[in-house]
Amino acid sequence: MSRPGEPRTLASPEASTPPPSSAAARPAPSVSARRAHLIIAGLAVFMVLAAGVSLMLGRYPIEPAQALAMLANQIPGVTLEPTWTSQQATLFFNVRLPRIMLALMVGCCLATAGAAFQGTFQNPLVSPDILGASQGAAFGAAIAILAGQAAFGVSVSAFGFSILTVMLVLLVSSRAKGNRILVTVLAGTMISSLFSAGVSFTKLVADPTDDLPAITYWLMGSLTGAKMSDIAVAAIPMTVGMAVLFALRWRINILTMGDDEASTMGIDARRLRLAIILAATMATASSVAISGMIGWVGLVVPHLCRMMVGSDYRRLIPASMLFGASFLLVVDNIARLTATSEIPIGILTAFVGAPFFLYLITRKKKV
Amino acid sequence: MSIEITSLSFSYGQREVLRDVNVSIPDGTLVNVLGPNGVGKSTLFRCILGLNARYEGVIRVNGKDMRTLSVKQRAREISYIPQSHAPVYDYEVLDVVLMSTGADLGMMRSPGPRHVERAYAALERVGIAHLAHRTYTQISGGEQQLVLIARAIAQEARTIIMDEPTSALDYGNTVRVLSCVRQLAREGLSIVQSTHQPDQAFLYSDKTLVIDAGTVRAYGDPRDVITRELVSALYGVDVEVNSLYGDKVRVCVPVKEIAR
Repeated sequence: MSRPGEPRTLASPEASTPPPSSAAARPAPSVSARRAHLIIAGLAVFMVLAAGVSLMLGRYPIEPAQALAMLANQIPGVTLEPTWTSQQATLFFNVRLPRIMLALMVGCCLATAGAAFQGTFQNPLVSPDILGASQGAAFGAAIAILAGQAAFGVSVSAFGFSILTVMLVLLVSSRAKGNRILVTVLAGTMISSLFSAGVSFTKLVADPTDDLPAITYWLMGSLTGAKMSDIAVAAIPMTVGMAVLFALRWRINILTMGDDEASTMGIDARRLRLAIILAATMATASSVAISGMIGWVGLVVPHLCRMMVGSDYRRLIPASMLFGASFLLVVDNIARLTATSEIPIGILTAFVGAPFFLYLITRKKKV
Repeated sequence: MSIEITSLSFSYGQREVLRDVNVSIPDGTLVNVLGPNGVGKSTLFRCILGLNARYEGVIRVNGKDMRTLSVKQRAREISYIPQSHAPVYDYEVLDVVLMSTGADLGMMRSPGPRHVERAYAALERVGIAHLAHRTYTQISGGEQQLVLIARAIAQEARTIIMDEPTSALDYGNTVRVLSCVRQLAREGLSIVQSTHQPDQAFLYSDKTLVIDAGTVRAYGDPRDVITRELVSALYGVDVEVNSLYGDKVRVCVPVKEIAR
């Protein structure tokens, strides 16, 4: 990827000096690596600041001082004189805080899973639902809505079907002949469209006054109505998935060189790919199950991060985690603050994501 | 013995690709593998590397039966240098070299300063330490091939397999890559490389292995193996083999062009 106007590697002092003698065998610290670490630190600071500011933003007025006092009051052993009304406290802890936490978690999961899949499938145009996680979840949610389940039941059904779909894709692709990556992606696309047809069918038979709008809204994706208890449940698979991807991040580099090369370097490519797929799917499935279909984050954020910190997954994964979280939080703030009736976040991310995607594929031959 | 192959046979389905191959390659030997396209050179390499597992016969590398080793253990015995190709993403040269240092790491670990030093030392050994922080996709094809050689060195296996390392390189880069390989073999590594240039074998090999129709046609000192008869029959063109510089070098020349 040649970036005009950014000769970071060429400008490094090591590049211009003649090769050092073998006596001076000292790896010089990479300029771009140091820069990337600074950027990651900056992203972390930005995420914390964005979360703090978001807590104070909302249509119902809560003063920054009140928000801070309410938060401080939660610390064990601290009891403050309430400067806030109980209504404000309810809104703050039951609506605003869960929503912000969910935005951070879902953004982190989708972006990181997307980055991991783009490496695993050696394809920069892949998103976390390439193996059918989203369409499976949508089908699960739709039939749960038809069955009259409440929000929690819908989420559980969506999660279950999401995992099931990906398992089905893996099973089919393990029996298929040919290039492993290609058949996996093909099986994912096919089974995805199968479940997508299933969703259309549930819409067809759904009660148009009640169930149909519910399914339609679910499909648009939204972070509203998240309860602290639901978030706590979803946090478990999300954390496991993120932890595994973080631990395996360096190995994703090797996987991008192809299975044969990885294997001659001592990496069991099939096993590693399976571990990455399972971890990324757990995170994606729980995100989709609790927030519906939020597209584009998983595709676009990894590319933005690659431009900032480079392609090395040791830095790309943490950057995607932090930037994905901040990105979805900011977009969700726009969703809940700008229009009088809230725009579903799935639509907003598409408004941001699709033009960016088009820009990416037209900018140069290789992304 | 670096590589010891005993009665190796391999088939893709019904099609027999390798038949009863027997070869012994001593330590510290540079071996050139010759043979027309599609005679089974790559298949032989894939079997040795453990990428084709369903072969018959026994392949021992450094005395160890490759069939009994795990992926990780195999990587400690033998490394592979593919033809340079563009990876999907941009990595720094040092990061590319670093990829091969993971064979001794736990599944969840990333390389540390020790591995970085190993990678850097490998780059120095092939003389391209100054490229360490350049972007791999932005350096020349010859430099990329040298990076892949450094990557194989950093893996610290005693045996290296190279698949047509110079087929996409210009003359200067070809010479640079081959003399680097020659030097590494002198330093004690065993290197097996395939090539389409029979001439190269005289300067850049200790032994020449000729594969034809899935079997070993000839194996030994290049001076004995690369003869007018063999090269003419192998590639289906009449050539003459001539000696230069007091027989330090020999060249193969198509007869048709010098006949008049």
